[in-house]
Formats: sequence, C-alpha cells, structure tokens
Amino acid sequence: MIEIENLTKQYGSATVVDRVSITIAKGSITVIVGTSGSGKSTLLRMINRLVEPSAGRVAIDGKDTTSEPPHLLRRGIGYAIQGHGLFPHRSVAENIATVPRLLGWNAARTRARVEELLRIFQLDPGEFAGKFPYELSGGQQQRVGVARALAAEPAVLLMDEPFGALDPIIRTKAQDDLIEIQRRFGTTIVLVTHDIDEAFRLGDRVAVMSQGQVLQYDRPAMLLTHPADAFISRLTGTGDRAMKLLSLTTAGAAAEAGAASGPKVAAAATLREVLSELVWSGAPEATVVDADGMARGRLTLAGVLAHGKPG
Amino acid sequence: MKTTTARRGAIDRLGAVLTLVGVAALVCLPFVVFKANRILPGDARSLSQVLPPVKVLTFYGILILAGVTALGIASARLRLAVALVAVAALALTIGAAGDALTPIGNKVVRVSPGTGFWVLLLCLGLMATDAITRLRPGPGVRVLFLGLFAVLAGAAFASGILDHLSVMREYEVNASRFALEARHHIFMALGSVTAAVIVAIPVGILCHRVPRLRAGTLGALNLIQTVPSIALFGILMVPLGALAAAVPFVTELGIRGIGAAPAVLALFLYSLLPVVANTVVGLARVSPATVDAARGMGLTNLQILTNIELVLAFPVILTGIRIVLVQNIGLVTVAALIGAGGFGVFVFQGINQTAIDLVLLGALPTVALAFSCAVLLDALVESINRPSL
Repeated sequence: MIEIENLTKQYGSATVVDRVSITIAKGSITVIVGTSGSGKSTLLRMINRLVEPSAGRVAIDGKDTTSEPPHLLRRGIGYAIQGHGLFPHRSVAENIATVPRLLGWNAARTRARVEELLRIFQLDPGEFAGKFPYELSGGQQQRVGVARALAAEPAVLLMDEPFGALDPIIRTKAQDDLIEIQRRFGTTIVLVTHDIDEAFRLGDRVAVMSQGQVLQYDRPAMLLTHPADAFISRLTGTGDRAMKLLSLTTAGAAAEAGAASGPKVAAAATLREVLSELVWSGAPEATVVDADGMARGRLTLAGVLAHGKPG
Repeated sequence: MKTTTARRGAIDRLGAVLTLVGVAALVCLPFVVFKANRILPGDARSLSQVLPPVKVLTFYGILILAGVTALGIASARLRLAVALVAVAALALTIGAAGDALTPIGNKVVRVSPGTGFWVLLLCLGLMATDAITRLRPGPGVRVLFLGLFAVLAGAAFASGILDHLSVMREYEVNASRFALEARHHIFMALGSVTAAVIVAIPVGILCHRVPRLRAGTLGALNLIQTVPSIALFGILMVPLGALAAAVPFVTELGIRGIGAAPAVLALFLYSLLPVVANTVVGLARVSPATVDAARGMGLTNLQILTNIELVLAFPVILTGIRIVLVQNIGLVTVAALIGAGGFGVFVFQGINQTAIDLVLLGALPTVALAFSCAVLLDALVESINRPSL
C-alpha cells in the first residue's frame, strides 16, 4: 500500500503538485492520467524521491520514504520510463542485472532471475542476453526496460509513460503483457500516461490530474458514469462513453446462466467486442466460452446493452 | 572484400594526377643534390649521372609499374603492394645515390634527396594511403600497418643503406643529442597532455553540471587558445622567472623562466580547451533518459558519473585527447626557442646555420611521432565507439 498525504511540490512560486492525497491499494494498477504540465510525472517521481516533495509525505507499506537514503529507497522500487533508458554500453543481461548487482545478489541468483525475466517477456535468453540495446527493436527495448525494472522483485513498480514511444499494435501487446505480469507477481503498479484509453484499459483505479491537483480518483467506470466535473467529462469524451463503459466489463463477468446459441465469444473479451460481434453476425445472442472452449453462459443483445447505461 | 571503385578500362582519377605529378617531378626536378660541404649551395644531379644504367633502368621500371597500377588497376591490395614496393625502391635508390656520390671515408660532402625525390615520395605515399583507405581496414589492422611501417623504417635505418644521406650524416654527428631531445620532446608532449587531462576532465564535469560556469570557462580557455604559442611562452617567462627568483625551492625543482617549465605550462594551457569542451559535449550527448533510469534504479551520483556518464562520454573525450596530443607534439618544436629542448633544437639550429638537413633531422621525427599518435588514438577511439554510442 502506498499512502500519499498532502503531497506538494513547488518550484519557486509555481505549485506543480498541490496537496495531493491518495491511497494506492497493494497489488493494484493505479493510473495517473492528465495533460502535459498537469504534474502527473512530478507526483510519480516524488514516490521514489527523484523529486523531493516541498511538503507532505509518502509511506510505502507504512514506512515513510524519507526513513532511508534515496538511492537505497529506489533500489526497492521498480522504475520504467518512456524511451526505456537502457544503458547503451551494457548488454541486455547486464541491463536487467543492474539492481540485483547493486543489491549484492550472487552471480547465480542474478543470472537465474535475468533468464526468468527474459522468458517471461518472450525474449529467448540464448539469443537476447548478449545483445546490446541498439540491436533490439523498439518493442524489445521497451520489454527489456520493464524487465530491468522488475529484476529485483520490487513490491512497487513506477512507470512513466512506459509505452509512449511504441506504435499502436505493439503498444496494445505491451499493455496486455503488463496486466499479465502484474497478476503473476502481484506488483503494485503506478503508471503515468496522457492517454485516457490506456488509463481505462490498465487501471484498477484512475487518478485524473489537472494543474497539480487530483480531480477524481476512482474506478474507471465511475469516471464515466459519475464524472466529478466538466474537465473529466471532456477528458473521457462523451461521444462514445457508452462504448467505453462496455469495454470495461468482460463477457465472463456479464454472462447469464442458461443454454446459449449464436456466435462464440471468449470470456476475456470485453462487452464492446461482444456487441461488435453481435452487430456483425446479426445474431440476437452469443455463447460465452472460457479459455478451454467450454460454454460458460450466454449474453443477449439486451443484456449487453444494459451494461452500457450508467447507474 | 569489395574494393573496386573504377570500372575495367576506366582511368583512375587520383592515379592520373599522381602519375602526372610523378612524371613531371622525375623529368623536371633534381632527384639528388650534391654539396661539397654542409653549407655550400647544392648542385643537382640526375640519376643517370650518378648510378649505373642497370640500377637506373630497374628503378624506372618499378616507377612505370607504379604509374600503370595507379592508372588502371582497381584492386586496392595490388595498388598498396605496388606503392610499397616503389617506396622501397625509392629508398634503395636514394641510398645507392648517396653511396655513389660519397668518396670513401669522406665525411664532409653532403648528399641530399632533391625535390624530385620528395615529390615522388609524396605521390607514392598518397597512392599507398589511398589504397589503405579503400581497403577500409579496422582499427586493429591500421595499428598493424603502423607497426609494419615502423619496423620497415627501422630496418632501413639499421641496415645502413641510407647512411650516406645528409640527414643521416647529421644524425650520426648528433646521435646522443638526438636521443636526449627525443626524450625531452616526448616528455613535454605527454606530460602537458597528461596534466591537462587530469585537470580538464573534472572541469568539464563541473561545466556540464553547472551550466552557468560553462560559457565563462569555455570562453576563457578559448581566449588562451588564440594567443600565439611564442607569445604565450614569452608571457609565461615573466611570472615563472619571478617565482623562481623569489622562491629558491622552485628553482631546485628545475622551474625557471625559460626551459621546460614555461613550455609545459603553455602546452598544458593550450590542451585544456579541447579536453574540457569534448568532456562537456560527451557528457551532454548521454541520453537524459539513461541518466534518469540510472538514478531511478538507485545508482548513486558517483556510480552514475563513473559507470554511465563518463563511460558513454569517453570516446568523445578521447577524441579531444587525440587532438591535443597531436597538436602538442607539433607545438613542442617551437618550445626549443625558449630553451626547452625537443626536436625543435635541431630545427632552429638548422635554420640558424642554413643547414636544411639539420632542420629535417628535427622535423621528420616530429611528423612521424605526430602521425603515429594520430593513427594509434584514432584506432583506439574507433574500437571503443560502438554504433550505439
């Protein structure tokens, strides 16, 4: 758990982050979203003290972050940024081993961890461990950047626009990978983005920032159905809010019991995708199947549409 | 390796120029100059007057081969081989001319290579370096070439084939001085560069960290760079002389208004700008994302500086060191004017005595030293410069 209380950063007379108080639950993904200059990166960087707060406090699992020197604090917190920041003169394996080495892990443990991470990120250790960053594609560099951030098994991972430099297709894949990795390790992830769709896609909770303040900190569906003010409505967009809402619920969660007919949809698919499938096929209902292909229930067109309504 | 630059049958443009200049030099310029003694004006001799027809014809044959190769052969390896053979023939021929023109036991006459010889050497040297460039050798191979040339040159001197040439005569007379001045020369060049590197890298780091210092520091160092070397030597003589007069201990250390102290100090000052500037540029080139990631992962400031920033900036810093080392090897020559020693001693003595051979005895090793250092450091810079950096 990360407790942020009255956190403030001032540069001269400018207040970049203004008395922010939020509590981030352990093992969740929290996305801080906002326009550029909203203070979202500064807020993130105050958690690992890359920026020292002017006032307020941050506690991770009850421990004040100022209770140890900043470089020791940071070794316990994963950090991944846009443009990956890989060390160009170090191989992929050396890059990933950065924090384990700082922590004094022995060579065998470090090597085992590096290989485990490379496999998790679908990079064959035999092929990639000895390569240098410039020999990798953009997507591969980004994966190594996240693997490096996770190397020392941190409980908290901070990510600053980690997918900002990727093209849309690789970006979607990277987001899926991140959700899977978060489930696997139970890491508490705080991610900064300016992309509201990314925030909805990844966030268990989303904090919307503007002019240094958190305007609303809530589950994504609540931002759509109960926006705190006009700025948030504008940010989330009202034109397709019903579709956005549908995309926040999976078919598995919405499925009704009963015998089903019609096209098969995966339980992991969003209702938005189910609706698209129903419109495309002209069928009145769909069969929800789990990963093994077993029928789990059914979804009628009316049932899907009901999820797109607020309240 | 693909080295072909000219189509079959096409005439190589550089080769055509070199051949034309070479032929003109052979026909119009004296190949060898004979002087009855060291300071008398020389008297040009053509090869046919000096050497037996067999040797002359063999030499011309090799030069014709070199010309034909330069004009029409595309293979860089072949061009290099022929150029080197021709250089060897040139050396043997001038050596033989020296032998032929020097009466046995006579130490007074001077036989010098004429302008024709030097122009031919230049043409063949250009042909060889052009061929090496076309081969695009890696840094290791270039150092290997340098070593090979050094061994060949050393063998040529050791074999005695050049002993009757005037420069070697001057060397013979000055052999012990030559070794001493060579040590002085290298000591002053390397010493000033080493001291400058020790001071300039921290200053560069400081300028990188504190942008307010940057303009002022680089401006001041730039100003020093604009002072001509002789003027700077002169300016430094005054305070150093005063210091030595006031503090006897300083004099015991060998620091005086003239000599090595002002020379090394001036060279040190000249060396600061390129190293400081390159350190600043090298550090600025390190991606901010890399430094941010390093800090975010918990590297200390010192670890970021030594393990990340300086390592990534090192190729650029080394380029600066290469510039000042080559520059100082040349500038040390001028320092002989204020009694600092070095190869410049021979240059200025030679100028005073109008003995051009003595000038060459100082100038040729200076050029060779600067050239060797440039090749070595270039190779080093290239070998540590990965495409990513």
